[in-house]
Amino acid sequence: MGGMDISTALQQQVLDAFHNGTPLNICGSGSKAFLGNASRGQAIDVTGHRGIVEYDPSELVLTVRSGTTLHEIEAALAEAGQMLAFEPPHFGEAATLGGTIACGLSGPRRPYCGSARDSVLGCKLINGRGEILRFGGQVMKNVAGYDVSRLMVGAHGTLGVMLELSLKVLPRPAASITVTRVCSAAGAVSSMSALLGKPLPVDGACFHGEQLYIRLSGSAQAVREARSKIAGGVLPDADNFWHALREHQLPFFKRNGALYRVMVKPATPPLNIEGTWLLDWGGAQRWLYSTEDPASLRHRIASVGGHVTAFRGGKQADEIFHPLPAPLLAIHQRIKASFDPKNIFNRGRLYAGL
Amino acid sequence: MPHLRENNTALISALRGLLPSESVLADAEDMRPFECDGLAVYRQLPMVVALPETVAQVQSILRLCHAHGVPVVARGAGTGLSGGALPLADGLLLSLAKFNRILNIDVHNAMATVQPGVRNLAISEAAAAYGMYYAPDPSSQIACTIGGNVAENSGGVHCLKYGLTVHNILMLKVVTMEGELLTIGAETLDSPGYDLLALMTGSEGMLGVIVEITVKLLAKPERAQVVLAAFDDVMKAGEAVGSIIAAGIIPAGLEMMDKLAIRAAEDFVHAGYPRDAEAILLCELDGTHAEVSEYILAVRNILTASGATEVRTAADEAERQLFWKGRKSAFPAVGRISPDYYCMDGTIPRRQLPHVLRRIGEMSAEYGLAVANVFHAGDGNLHPLILFDANKEGELHRTEEFGRSILRLCVEVGGTITGEHGVGVEKIDQMCVQFLSAELSQFHAVKAAFDPSGLLNPGKAVPTLRRCAEFGAMHVHHGQLPHPELERF
Repeated sequence: MGGMDISTALQQQVLDAFHNGTPLNICGSGSKAFLGNASRGQAIDVTGHRGIVEYDPSELVLTVRSGTTLHEIEAALAEAGQMLAFEPPHFGEAATLGGTIACGLSGPRRPYCGSARDSVLGCKLINGRGEILRFGGQVMKNVAGYDVSRLMVGAHGTLGVMLELSLKVLPRPAASITVTRVCSAAGAVSSMSALLGKPLPVDGACFHGEQLYIRLSGSAQAVREARSKIAGGVLPDADNFWHALREHQLPFFKRNGALYRVMVKPATPPLNIEGTWLLDWGGAQRWLYSTEDPASLRHRIASVGGHVTAFRGGKQADEIFHPLPAPLLAIHQRIKASFDPKNIFNRGRLYAGL
Repeated sequence: MPHLRENNTALISALRGLLPSESVLADAEDMRPFECDGLAVYRQLPMVVALPETVAQVQSILRLCHAHGVPVVARGAGTGLSGGALPLADGLLLSLAKFNRILNIDVHNAMATVQPGVRNLAISEAAAAYGMYYAPDPSSQIACTIGGNVAENSGGVHCLKYGLTVHNILMLKVVTMEGELLTIGAETLDSPGYDLLALMTGSEGMLGVIVEITVKLLAKPERAQVVLAAFDDVMKAGEAVGSIIAAGIIPAGLEMMDKLAIRAAEDFVHAGYPRDAEAILLCELDGTHAEVSEYILAVRNILTASGATEVRTAADEAERQLFWKGRKSAFPAVGRISPDYYCMDGTIPRRQLPHVLRRIGEMSAEYGLAVANVFHAGDGNLHPLILFDANKEGELHRTEEFGRSILRLCVEVGGTITGEHGVGVEKIDQMCVQFLSAELSQFHAVKAAFDPSGLLNPGKAVPTLRRCAEFGAMHVHHGQLPHPELERF
């Protein structure tokens, strides 16, 4: 179905790097280069490895080369009335699927329809020995072998160069409406939490600037019915709002300073931490601009069972991602060594020593 | 290091120092219930069975076994269908049966924390008071445990819409072979670092022993309704499945049964299935009242347009349950009409269904063995049940050959050898068909990252390269000979 297969050239570059011990920096379009520790090493450019390999809408499965842009994928899916259920943030015009999966980023629909990782069915990759391997497949259910394809999601390219990904896709909802009302942060958290226990077609819930936003999507009937059960007015131009939220284009995200991604249990009451907050994912993912010391911030979030990523801006902290307990870090290091024995891929991007 | 493997008595007495005496079983008679799982054609008594009831006891047992080089096989309810919990003669069988408590139901965060020995259905029953449930529902849900579900990444009839076990859990507490307690995942929607939660799910007890699980709970849909459609041709039923999904409808469940399965189920539970149909589809829709009404109408139209000879909507909840009872009883129902049956578990791209069913029919004639097909049609997971009589000379052997041919066919059409039952001991040779030696080596390396001593459930799930070379029927990829590093036998 078109595109270009440069897997042989990519494999050769990895083989050379393996033999010479050259560190490689796996590059897509660079739209998410801000995330993670500074990249080092020789660039290995995956953007040329592009195109849809297979897509049969009635199978709900899409197989694409990793350098394919999200734009191209989403256009092909839209033509068949389908979508990537995890509503990926692009953070750039040319964002690739490979980069999105490597970063493990998902959009507002995530708590209700699953994450990037939940969508992944299979992966073809080059490991650190230059071997091309396939894991998972193009079917929904597959328990043959360890789930290596989902292990790639959020690994920030430290385990291999993804070549091809098979994803589960879903029909686009026939109708969608966003209900909004003025609310306190505490009221928003309890409202969003209460929705988890109700059989309503919620697929987005956000609190921002004293307003609670609830997105309802599904059949026309379902949306109409659900709307009558939720207090508030209908938000005009709702698609723009959710798009701007997903892409960090709301005015909230135009601040200077350090932006933290704070993950907590959704019903966690608003945290008394200095800064400006935006609550997405029904309260489960919270964005925070704060000048607080990163270490103390991490400590406080960890005390309520959460974790923090220093997502964007500010000074580079000692670690971007939440530190791992020693026994888990040791397993991470052994897994890394099992895929990439010479430590050539995206050295230190996720954690120092990985 | 003392070789306790040669001195079982010493290990057993050391275990008795760690656990109350009734929690250590070493007599053959006492261990008999543990000699097999749901795949009873494989049986083996372990050296000893331990039934701990605290995490600290599990840690002590694993430390002891690690120190003495004794392999450990963990076990839940023993309902698995691939021999994943088959004991090892020189190993310890670790039963998690006493870990049977629901620790917490957190309605506000839509999650429940449970011990691994809790039965799948018990979670939904406990959550029902809050209008919630745990989505994955394998047919054995009344008996199977959540720990086993995680180890196998169990599915069920609602996977297409609600996902597998891997999509419905948040956090695990796991004890490593060295006795270290790890927390994998988090109570938050994701956790820092690699997705070890995905890696642990479906790892068949090879990476760690699960001692606690936090699952997601979902709001119980307002309404669920099921439509039954009969077809005079299996192919038409297969096409109807594609048409429903192409119309943008994701049914909560979409199941197909062929004639032999329909008749067996009907004779067993009197579900009201049409006995003369070549195939039936059960299509369940759930959601709000109005939404379900809207979808029922659409699905009925699609089924009729696809050539269904009969389309029936369950009149009430009792009839809906009855329709499902027929489907969920299909395995025991087939068990009534044949002395033995062998359940396969391949998954295929759905569009390959007509081809695969035709080939299975042809092979059925070649092997002289009848097949009843039960199919999770929505997600392509096929369960052919091969009917045989183990008392007849050579039938089990022929059945296994037939089963292997079916799995090879699944791989050839782009599918997999196991959708939800796991590899275990049963399909270990077929792993050589599905994976290249470099891929198998990568699996072994992943195992070694968790279990460097290789003592957790050794010999299951991932074959050695030598075994694949001996097995002979290997994956040929782009015309290259696989496992080229090995001598041919």
